[in-house]
Amino acid sequence: MKIVVAIKQVPERDAQVHIDAAGKWIEEADLQYALNESDAYALEEALQLKEQHGGKVIVVSAGPERVGTTLREALAKGADHAIQIDCDDLGARDALGVAKLLAAAIQPENPDLILTGLQSEDLGLGQTGVIVAELLGLPHATLILHVEKTETGLKVKRELEEGWFQTVELPTPAVLTIQSGGNKLRYATLMGIKRAKTKEVRGVTAAELAVDTAPVVVLEQVTLPQKQKSTQLLSGTAKETAAALVEKLKFEVHVL
Amino acid sequence: MSGILVVFEQHEGHISRIGWEALAAGQRLSAQLGLPVSAAVIGADTESLAAEIAARPLAKVLRVEHPLLAQYTADGFTLALQQLIESENPAYVIFPHTYQVRDHAPALAARLGQVLIGDVVAIGDGPVFTRQLLQGRLNGSYRHTGNGPCFVSVQAGAFRPEEQHSAATAAQIAVFTPTIDSAQIRTKPGEPFRGSAQTVDLSSAQLIVSVGRGIKEAENIPMVAELATALGAELAASRPICDAGWLPLERQVGSSGQTVSPKLYLAVGISGAIQHQVGMKGSQCVVAINKDPDAPIFEIADYGIVGDLFEVVPALTAAVKAAR
Repeated sequence: MKIVVAIKQVPERDAQVHIDAAGKWIEEADLQYALNESDAYALEEALQLKEQHGGKVIVVSAGPERVGTTLREALAKGADHAIQIDCDDLGARDALGVAKLLAAAIQPENPDLILTGLQSEDLGLGQTGVIVAELLGLPHATLILHVEKTETGLKVKRELEEGWFQTVELPTPAVLTIQSGGNKLRYATLMGIKRAKTKEVRGVTAAELAVDTAPVVVLEQVTLPQKQKSTQLLSGTAKETAAALVEKLKFEVHVL
Repeated sequence: MSGILVVFEQHEGHISRIGWEALAAGQRLSAQLGLPVSAAVIGADTESLAAEIAARPLAKVLRVEHPLLAQYTADGFTLALQQLIESENPAYVIFPHTYQVRDHAPALAARLGQVLIGDVVAIGDGPVFTRQLLQGRLNGSYRHTGNGPCFVSVQAGAFRPEEQHSAATAAQIAVFTPTIDSAQIRTKPGEPFRGSAQTVDLSSAQLIVSVGRGIKEAENIPMVAELATALGAELAASRPICDAGWLPLERQVGSSGQTVSPKLYLAVGISGAIQHQVGMKGSQCVVAINKDPDAPIFEIADYGIVGDLFEVVPALTAAVKAAR
């Protein structure tokens, strides 16, 4: 089974973020980046499918040069090779524009399966996988926790709301967006890291993929959210704040 | 091109609550732009659903009906809605932001050369649509600049359905029959099933202590459990804790877990990502303990302690025990 996994490099979860001078995005200079969490689960699912059924895992990512480190990390975990879509203006493209880049890079590979995380931790659009499927004319299923290969295609476990699930069968080639938590993530081994250095990372520029770039949806401004409630912050030592909170719970919230 | 089309969703034979919220968003937009609002409901038998919707002040209600729409599939719904939109030509299409909509609306928009503005929490003049970025740390203002219809989905709880005065006369109901061939539906969905026997009903709990990623290790969970016991509260968790198997799934609060509305929700080491907030923002009182003063949980907290939970929680447990 030939599997392509589309992954994204995002700011680290605990990173302190500051809005940039133009108010269009965040200051990127001092940010630490990491592999988007649900994409890590998509990669894990792909690696496990390869271990069970043989085949090949190709990772693809779009973004500036720094994206290379995230692709290397995926190679170190066991992906076979990587495609790096060199694109400095990712933020100026809308979900359709980014999906067009990915679809154009993936199509020549003719994979049996395309996996990606269900949404990114930075923009949180949750659309890329579904649009890639639409662009490539492939069936898709979203919020997938488990993938099983059958004789005719795939049987997947899909998450629904409020603790419900559903099994969906679909033919291959197909696109799946993977939900976090379905597997246990592996770490890259020392041997893996060593091997990753010799694996191929093929670069392709956004211009070479020749996709239409005019966005139809534009992010005009980013702002700090307004507080929906006025929070009473309790300060002091742990003991003092605990005592203050107990007072509040007793006399204001009336639960003690 | 004209009008606003609100696409409703059904749940066990009834219009789901978030559908009414999508209608509220449509009405907000209507007030701003002076455009009429219509509604669509999709399925194999939509008569009673359409009647439920038609009592509201709407231009018309469209029953998008076909035997192949009896069960939700992305292929079926995308085809049906594409044909409806091409026929009705709305300027705006508003969806509730549900798992079902997330599964097909991006493809539908892309098929028409557009992009869904998803998970919207506010609509401003312009119209400008606000959605959350970086797990709720920032807001982003989005504008639609394309030539086709503008697709929007609204977050659960973001738009309050007004006290709906019934319209003087019921809205006109029309049936729209899309052309769908069974070969066009490529996925085969199974019946929904529950993950595990639900023995914990957090939805009726009065007091909840909930634990998140900040707890770091499974070994640290008992520290929070002890606080819950001292308070006489149920213990709950955010998704990563249940994903890691540190607490059972049935204790998960959020969009993929349970929705709770206790008198007290004490969030320990929970950053408060959108998916979590959806499940607990109906709580009467929210207390947050987190080391990160910028964590989104503080936006909806009544009381906050910015500090090390490994110091605060044991101190709080002791103080609660002493107060009892």
